[in-house]
Amino acid sequence: MSVPSAWYLVLAAILFGLGATGLLVRRNVLVMFMCIELMLNAVNLTFVTFARTLNDIGGQVDVFFVLVVAAAEVVVGLAIIVAMFRRRAAATADDIHILKG
Amino acid sequence: MNAAYAIVALPLAGAIILLFGGRVLREPLSGWLATIMAAGSFVCTVIVWVSLLGRSTSSRAVEKNIFTWMPVGALHVNFGLQLDPLSVLWCLFVTGVGSLITLYSIGYMHGDPSFSRFFFLLNAFVFSMIVLVLANNFLFSFFGWEGVGFCSYGLVGFWFERESAAVAAKKAFVTNRIGDFGFMIALFLMFQHFGSFNYSTVLAPLAGGSAILPNAFATGLALMLFLGAVGKSAQIPLYMWLPDAMEGPTPVSALIHAATMVTAGVYLVARAAPIIHFSSSAGWVISIIGAATALLAATIACGQNDIKRVLAYSTVSQLGYMFLGEGTGDYQAGIYHTVMHAFFKALLFLGSGAVIHAMHDEQDMKRMGGLRKYLPITFPTFIIGYLALAAIPPFDGFWSKDEILAAAWHKSPALWVVGVITAFLTAYYMSRLIRLTFWGEARWESHASAHGAAGDTGHGEHAGEPHEAPVTMTLPLVILAVASVVGWLINAPFGGLDFMDKWLAPVFPTTIAASVHVATGTKWLIGLVATVAAIAGLIAGLGLWRTAVDRPALEPAVLGHAWYIDEGIAHVVSGPLTGLATAFSFVVDARWMDGVGRGISSGVASSGRALRRVQTGYVRNYALGIGIGAAAVLFYVSLRAGS
Repeated sequence: MSVPSAWYLVLAAILFGLGATGLLVRRNVLVMFMCIELMLNAVNLTFVTFARTLNDIGGQVDVFFVLVVAAAEVVVGLAIIVAMFRRRAAATADDIHILKG
Repeated sequence: MNAAYAIVALPLAGAIILLFGGRVLREPLSGWLATIMAAGSFVCTVIVWVSLLGRSTSSRAVEKNIFTWMPVGALHVNFGLQLDPLSVLWCLFVTGVGSLITLYSIGYMHGDPSFSRFFFLLNAFVFSMIVLVLANNFLFSFFGWEGVGFCSYGLVGFWFERESAAVAAKKAFVTNRIGDFGFMIALFLMFQHFGSFNYSTVLAPLAGGSAILPNAFATGLALMLFLGAVGKSAQIPLYMWLPDAMEGPTPVSALIHAATMVTAGVYLVARAAPIIHFSSSAGWVISIIGAATALLAATIACGQNDIKRVLAYSTVSQLGYMFLGEGTGDYQAGIYHTVMHAFFKALLFLGSGAVIHAMHDEQDMKRMGGLRKYLPITFPTFIIGYLALAAIPPFDGFWSKDEILAAAWHKSPALWVVGVITAFLTAYYMSRLIRLTFWGEARWESHASAHGAAGDTGHGEHAGEPHEAPVTMTLPLVILAVASVVGWLINAPFGGLDFMDKWLAPVFPTTIAASVHVATGTKWLIGLVATVAAIAGLIAGLGLWRTAVDRPALEPAVLGHAWYIDEGIAHVVSGPLTGLATAFSFVVDARWMDGVGRGISSGVASSGRALRRVQTGYVRNYALGIGIGAAAVLFYVSLRAGS
């Protein structure tokens, strides 16, 4: 008795939705960053699900790519966040809008 | 035959040395260098001429290619020389008269701060003129054509710190551009029809009778070439620049605006004889324009007071004669007059230069008078030039003018009548010039001393008393005077002494140049009538201006103002044309043209201003945008997948 694929997909959709909502509504940069990670991993979950359902190793390969990109993103993103925290005590994303038109 | 290269190379080398080393050489070394280069070129021309004489009549045309200038597809334009009787004849008098005038300039330009620049331009001019006549194709010839135009510009405006000189130089250049435009159209037509510019490809088959041209095309081509000639040789309607070009130093007037450059048009028309032959009307146009110019310029010359302007209008008039001769198909007559004119008009200009030199830069004849006692060499040589120009036998002008008048009679008696009237006027205005300048009371004393006190340039130290010019100036006068007396012998119309006609015969075979048959009796009569007209003009001029200085009835303002043609053009240009230009600049350009540009730029700016609101700077806005975009793409894809 195995869990049907649809459940995984629904779970992934819920996680993605949580991540997207969090990204849009939260102001704390660190939390927004975690939301992005959540969305990425939700997508990873769908990849793995389809890889098993369709019996295609390609889906799992894609997951590695996503992980690599996510790791790189973390490196860059955290560096930016650290730099931000150095300039001000508690930075929210809305404080940084120098580039607005 | 390899001396041909030296003909071109020597003046070019002189020009280059003077351009870069002129500051080091200075006076008088640069003058002597330029003279030696020009004279060397003359010697080489003589060598080429002699070696051509040694050949048989039919093989007197040698081509020398220097290098390929423009290899474009099937078209190969060469820097190449063509040595044939016509080009060598032209080259002989261009370099010959050119060297004498360069020599003269050493004395005339004494003390000028830009001494070396002057001789650079003179050598560059001689080089360009040689290229013009020796080129073996129309395009290379055009190269020289533009070169002489540039040098003329530089020399007319030599004293450019004077407003009038700068304006005259500009006028000469712009007027010449109109003619050059005609020349260029002719070049395009030629390329389209023949696919080549070479004389040997374009002209030789036409002259040899192995090819023909349709009448309409030949007329168009000939008239466009003639338009170029009209600009360069100062014919109606583009003659106005030549009198103004007298702003340049007098040797320039003698070299460029009397003896050589202005005859480039005569050369071009002579060269294009095979084309003109196939047109039924081009010859008529050329001879009518020539006759009209001769008469108009002669009338204007009667009312001028500036000694150089009289000679300038006289040059325009004599050039008219040359075209009259060429238009009738008797090219030899026109060329004969060109050579004779080069002698005596250069002599007259150099003589007037000596007079102006003696008068300390005074050019108004009404302030001269009595100069014959002070200028023992200039005076007799000037008289010789005067008699030659007035066509008194046996001086140069008589013989060549006689041939032109005979050819005109052959073409149409009306042209002949115009020619005879012009001959009368020529003798008249030259007599007036002589009387006012050399005879009568001295009208200059008070003026000259005042002028000298004001600090004259160069020779202020001996101001007051007129003085004869130095030997570098008088020597060319004497040589040219001798040429003006005996020069006609190169083409004496009797006893088989018509050397020039025989020499030029291969260039103008009977297939293209109508031989003029005038009965001997008629010819005598024509010569007699012309002589009577000239002597009548002489007597009238000398008699009427014996004592009088001002005769308002004989020099009406309308002639002094050159029939108000210049003023009329200026009026038209300053009135309606300026209005039109103003309308264009303030309405069409400022409102319409600029409006389009400003509209585009302000449209970009305002759309940018509106769109930049999108860039809020809030990350969540951007994230929302990405989200909505992704959703829209997904929606679209699913829609497509569903259908």
